[in-house]
Amino acid sequence: MAVVPQINVGEDYREKYGFYDPEKYVFKAKKGLSEEVVKEISWMKGEPEWMTKFRLRSLGIFQRKPLPTWGADLSRIDFDNIYYYVKATEGQGKSWDEVPDQIKRTFDRLGVPEAERKFLAGVAAQYESEVVYHSLHQELEKKGVIFLDTDTALREHPDIFKEHFGTVVPPADNKLAALNSAVWSGGSFIYVPPGVRVDIPLQAYFRINAENMGQFERTLIICDEGSFVHYIEGCTAPIYTTDSLHSAVVEIIVKKGARCRYTTIQNWSTNVYNLVTKRAMAFENATMEWVDGNLGSQITMKYPSVYLMEPGAKGDVLSIAFAGKGQHQDAGGKMVHVAPHTTSTITSKSISKAGGRTSYRGLVKVHPGSHHVKSFVKCDALLLDDRSISDTYPYIECDEPQVNIGHEATVSKVSDEQLFYLMSRGIPQAEAETMIVNGFIEPFTKELPLEYAVELNRLIQLEMEGSVG
Amino acid sequence: MADFEIRDLRVSVEGREILKGVSLDLNRGEVHAVMGPNGSGKSTLSYALMGHPSYQVTAGQVWLKGQDLLQLAPDERARLGVYLAFQYPTVVPGVSMRNFLRTALNWKRGYDGKDRSKAVSPREFQSLLTGPMQQLRMDSTFLSRYVNDGFSGGEKKRAEILQMAALKPEIAILDETDSGLDIDSIRYVSETINGMRGPDLGVLIITHYTRILQFIKPDYVHVLVNGQIVRSGGPEVADELERTGYSEWADEPALAGADLGEVS
Repeated sequence: MAVVPQINVGEDYREKYGFYDPEKYVFKAKKGLSEEVVKEISWMKGEPEWMTKFRLRSLGIFQRKPLPTWGADLSRIDFDNIYYYVKATEGQGKSWDEVPDQIKRTFDRLGVPEAERKFLAGVAAQYESEVVYHSLHQELEKKGVIFLDTDTALREHPDIFKEHFGTVVPPADNKLAALNSAVWSGGSFIYVPPGVRVDIPLQAYFRINAENMGQFERTLIICDEGSFVHYIEGCTAPIYTTDSLHSAVVEIIVKKGARCRYTTIQNWSTNVYNLVTKRAMAFENATMEWVDGNLGSQITMKYPSVYLMEPGAKGDVLSIAFAGKGQHQDAGGKMVHVAPHTTSTITSKSISKAGGRTSYRGLVKVHPGSHHVKSFVKCDALLLDDRSISDTYPYIECDEPQVNIGHEATVSKVSDEQLFYLMSRGIPQAEAETMIVNGFIEPFTKELPLEYAVELNRLIQLEMEGSVG
Repeated sequence: MADFEIRDLRVSVEGREILKGVSLDLNRGEVHAVMGPNGSGKSTLSYALMGHPSYQVTAGQVWLKGQDLLQLAPDERARLGVYLAFQYPTVVPGVSMRNFLRTALNWKRGYDGKDRSKAVSPREFQSLLTGPMQQLRMDSTFLSRYVNDGFSGGEKKRAEILQMAALKPEIAILDETDSGLDIDSIRYVSETINGMRGPDLGVLIITHYTRILQFIKPDYVHVLVNGQIVRSGGPEVADELERTGYSEWADEPALAGADLGEVS
């Protein structure tokens, strides 16, 4: 990296939050990245040697690989100016008083329970709901389901962990995946045994994990044959973090006849670069569904992907992105058809407001011999004013003639006619606009569990009022 | 002084004057029809009364409850008691009729998300809608559908009247409500409107044809031609128009033999 300014902490951070980032961590590793730092991370976690080696190998790849330049502008990230491991101590050294009022008010308005607030604000390291967690945990254990934070899983289930870890997203995949592989910490590990259906969605909330929502989370989900699980990550409340780079890797393996749904709603504070690699492999007659909502952050680059490995595999991506002032949401999906008779859909909805920018970027790739592939991509963009931007980059690479691939894109504005119609019934303009926007993302919202749907609608309302950072 | 007074209303669209000084008095308990040929300014009148931003009011006042409507935003007019049944209701994708109606009702009652006691309860909501929905022959799945999305012409018009029944306006403007309606629908719609007639409701029916007036009997009929009311009188005016059409003022065939289908 050349001489670049320190990683941007959101230009209007002060005006929005009235808050400066105080240096009050209990413990931090040194700034910047080196073999020494990586070894120290691995040592502090007490990891087996293979993981230490994996981390070091990944570090080498990270150092060699260039930053992607095809997407959002990442040139201002200064990798030497980041703490790669903050030891998770109770409270991470922050106190509730230090959480910006703006964030607290948003919690109020969203009705986030007291216990969760501290957790979301990064004050408490865990969600204080052990009772709920324990009964759920016992239930799952009976069925043989493993649901742990990733660090614990490595300790307690080393064999199944080693067999799958890094197989879907290898460190060499991209620079940020390599970075995550070198310094990962926290995240979720789920294993669902053959034929087991997990009826209630598993949520990171209920996982007692001191390192939840970390900067470099690593999530690994294995759905064994004929199983089903729905995992929910994040929440609609703004996740306040002083770390300005979030670079997670999510790997999912969906075996024969299994189905996995992975729902994300993320609302990082607007100082965050959110650069995430999410990928699943779906085998014979397996279904992988990504439901992905991106609201916060300064820059998000995220393209959940499904590799359709065997006949009958099915992949779905349903995503929304909301970009306000100073935000760039560069999101989409990737479907890689490696086998015949595989199907995929990508549905992307984006909203740009107050000069925000949303980009749809997607790839449908069909390998030779993958005949009878069906794929449909639909992206709809809604612009709330003339200053905001939306662009689409749909790529199709097809090496097989017998396929059926469709693409449809629309860009629209909130129409005067719709506003007038709603207002003519007594609904004020601001609420009418919110209703129209919520209506626009309804195909997404209706896929969420009810409480999330309600929260998301509330959040859109706050975003529309411009009162959320 | 009438309950609803339109005084010398002048309205332009894209710089062209469409309404050239319209005055009309309407009391609650009365049904008025404004009839006119194509291009006479009928729809402009209804849009301007509701406050559509594309219709520029250049002069005049419209008084309701001591307030000049023209100074209010559309939503404020609605909450004051004005209702417009649209000729072409707008589609709002992803917003269910239930959510839409409940939100509108809540605002009408002054519930803005704070004082829950003002909000309409599910039970109340149900009881408000059950009667009109039966009358309009709308089944319960209707409330789960998105606002006007995929509705047939008849369903849209019935939905407009259902909203009116729920919101209970004091002044209802029905803009070409009979256009595009089959004979069954026009009966359901008329019966529902007639059921709402009473001392608290004033109705302004805007129509090209006399058909709807056979179902909803007006007390007064006004003829709007070229942006001005050229004649006002009792129901007999409509009968006359039925025979002669607007030929006295405009080059149009008599109404009796005219096509009663879609009207632009």
